Amino acid sequence: MNESLLLFSAITTLLYAIGTVGYLIYVIRSESTIHRIAFWFLLAGFVSHTIGLLLLVGNIKQMPVTTLPQTFSLFAWAIVGSYLAFQLKFNIRVLGTFVSPLAVIFMLLSSASPSQLIPSSQLFKSFWLTLHVATMFIGNAIFALAFCAGIMYLIQERQIKTKSFGLLYRRLPSLEVLDSLNYVCLTFGFPLITIGLISGFVYAGAVWRSYWHWDPKEILSVVTWLIYAVLLHERLAVGWRGRRAAIMAIIGFSAILVTFVGASIMLKSHHSFRFG
Amino acid sequence: MDRIVLIGLNHKTAPIEIREKFAAVCVDTKGPLALLAQLRPLKESFYLSTCNRMEVLFSTSTLDKGISVVVGLLADIYSQTGAALKPYLYTYIDQEAVKHLFRVACSLDSMVVGEPQILGQIKQAYRQATEARTSGVILNKLLHKSFSVAKRVRTETRIGSSAVSVSYAAVELAKKIFQKLDGKIALLIGAGEMAELAAEHLLANGVEGIVVANRTLERALSLARRFHGTTAAWEELAEELNRVDIIISSTGSTEPILNAEQVKQRMRARRNRPLFFIDIAVPRDIDPAVNRIDNVYLYNIDDLQGIIDMNRAERVKEAARAEHIIAAEALKFDGWLRTLEVVPTIVSLREKAEEIREAEVHKTIGQLDSLSKEEIEAIEVLTQSVVKKLLHDPILFLKRTSKRTRKDLYLDVARKLFQLDEDQREIEREENELSLDSDKVS
Repeated sequence: MNESLLLFSAITTLLYAIGTVGYLIYVIRSESTIHRIAFWFLLAGFVSHTIGLLLLVGNIKQMPVTTLPQTFSLFAWAIVGSYLAFQLKFNIRVLGTFVSPLAVIFMLLSSASPSQLIPSSQLFKSFWLTLHVATMFIGNAIFALAFCAGIMYLIQERQIKTKSFGLLYRRLPSLEVLDSLNYVCLTFGFPLITIGLISGFVYAGAVWRSYWHWDPKEILSVVTWLIYAVLLHERLAVGWRGRRAAIMAIIGFSAILVTFVGASIMLKSHHSFRFG
Repeated sequence: MDRIVLIGLNHKTAPIEIREKFAAVCVDTKGPLALLAQLRPLKESFYLSTCNRMEVLFSTSTLDKGISVVVGLLADIYSQTGAALKPYLYTYIDQEAVKHLFRVACSLDSMVVGEPQILGQIKQAYRQATEARTSGVILNKLLHKSFSVAKRVRTETRIGSSAVSVSYAAVELAKKIFQKLDGKIALLIGAGEMAELAAEHLLANGVEGIVVANRTLERALSLARRFHGTTAAWEELAEELNRVDIIISSTGSTEPILNAEQVKQRMRARRNRPLFFIDIAVPRDIDPAVNRIDNVYLYNIDDLQGIIDMNRAERVKEAARAEHIIAAEALKFDGWLRTLEVVPTIVSLREKAEEIREAEVHKTIGQLDSLSKEEIEAIEVLTQSVVKKLLHDPILFLKRTSKRTRKDLYLDVARKLFQLDEDQREIEREENELSLDSDKVS
């Protein structure tokens, strides 16, 4: 079983990597055929990834977040899944150039990180926990897209402001499109992580009889939530947009990365995968 | 086989004094066309004249004689001696002539590479040639091919896709900021040819309305009428920033008419919706510091000129890809030209008949599995002789055709009648398109 899982993971990483190369070539030579090939590789990677994850779930009979590699892998899956959905809906091709390397990075992190199991796996069987994990992962994946859109916005805005047009000027969509992508991601992602936080608290309350533990990951999660709450509020209240919104989306996702990667590896908590 | 020849001059080979002489005489291209038709060594002819070029395209069976009579005619028309005119002329033969025509049609040979007008001018000239009946089988095919090559180059390369004029560059930038111009409002401050042209292009690209501000109300009113827009009071110019999205400024003012502070104050009321300033005026109308405000973009005339220079360079790069397409298409045309002979036509006629016969026999035998070997043999022989007898007269006719003076016409009809060319349908579609175009013109 383990071998086949490893094989699926390797195939998935390879397909994502080829897709990434395709998307990078697409930036240089804007040809629909290249985009189509890159897209199909990413899609094939996603299918293989999904099969791999289903096999894993069938094997461990719980959410595939019991080890650090599983967590990274699931996050990569969520990012690619949300990208594919966004691509079908909004057709911003060059977004793939920014998203697909992210997927590869998380797949590589997944295979590079140690895979100790959490001792008490009984903890992972609960409706609230399933909800917590699902909403958090999809929400954070959508914020990863907002992060990419933010970077794209900053590049494009800089080119227009400084009047120095590089290769990306033609490939990147208009500022308006990138800014509305930021907003769309926010309106999907924010409710999801809000549900994620609440279900997490409910679960914590049920398991540890206390909603709040001053656990580093809990604190960081709330900080992240606050960053996005501020962005959403300012967008709606005073019409924040453009550069500021893009920078906030980048800061927000950096906070997610710190929460997710940093806290999991470095700090000791019940969210961590390294127990003493 | 007939030879295809192209003799001409353009902005690269002839100075303006020569070109304008040609252009002056040839406003009415029918004149030279009628004269060309009278030249005996020429079988078909086509004549194109624009401000930057003059091209004579013809087919002939006597190459040297054809060239010398055409050069003589051109010298006559422009009241020069042949020797005086010769240094400015280029002469291309066969493949080279085909390639040159394609390059002209694709606007690779134009002063501004990629400008689209030339194709329309060729279509117009071709229409005159068909009306004067100077074009025949070969030139018809060649001109149609040049239209489809131009179309292919336009879709497959980016030769004509980037802006090379100030007003187009402004529209292109506006689209990179706003995506769509629908629903956007433009403010036109001052007047001037370039500013008005930019306003026109914005309107053509979906801008909802134009607001005109001018020191003299009369001028403002007349511009507003022209653009179906409204006017704004000169004193309250800054207030207009609350409702407009694009500002084109072109006044004779020596002082900036809008400063950064005025713009910055309006951004909150605008809820940070982007503002795009196009400052065409020299000296500049808009404070350059405006560009530093978030969601505000300011371009002056030099910035726009910079984009245009960049796009020109890009077009030259794309031209290399276009040359590749042209070389391939010229080769294809050559292939067709070679089939326009008696023997190749007979061969392809036989091949087509045999193909059909084999396919039908195969189908029939497939359905009847009780047939003996002899019976199958009999069917083969029967069908072969039917085909042979059917083709006997047409082939005899084609063989006699090689002695006729207009054999290309007969061969062309034969090829069309039996549909021997694979791209026949394509050609017919193009012909339809061309006649649709002419409907539009008339």
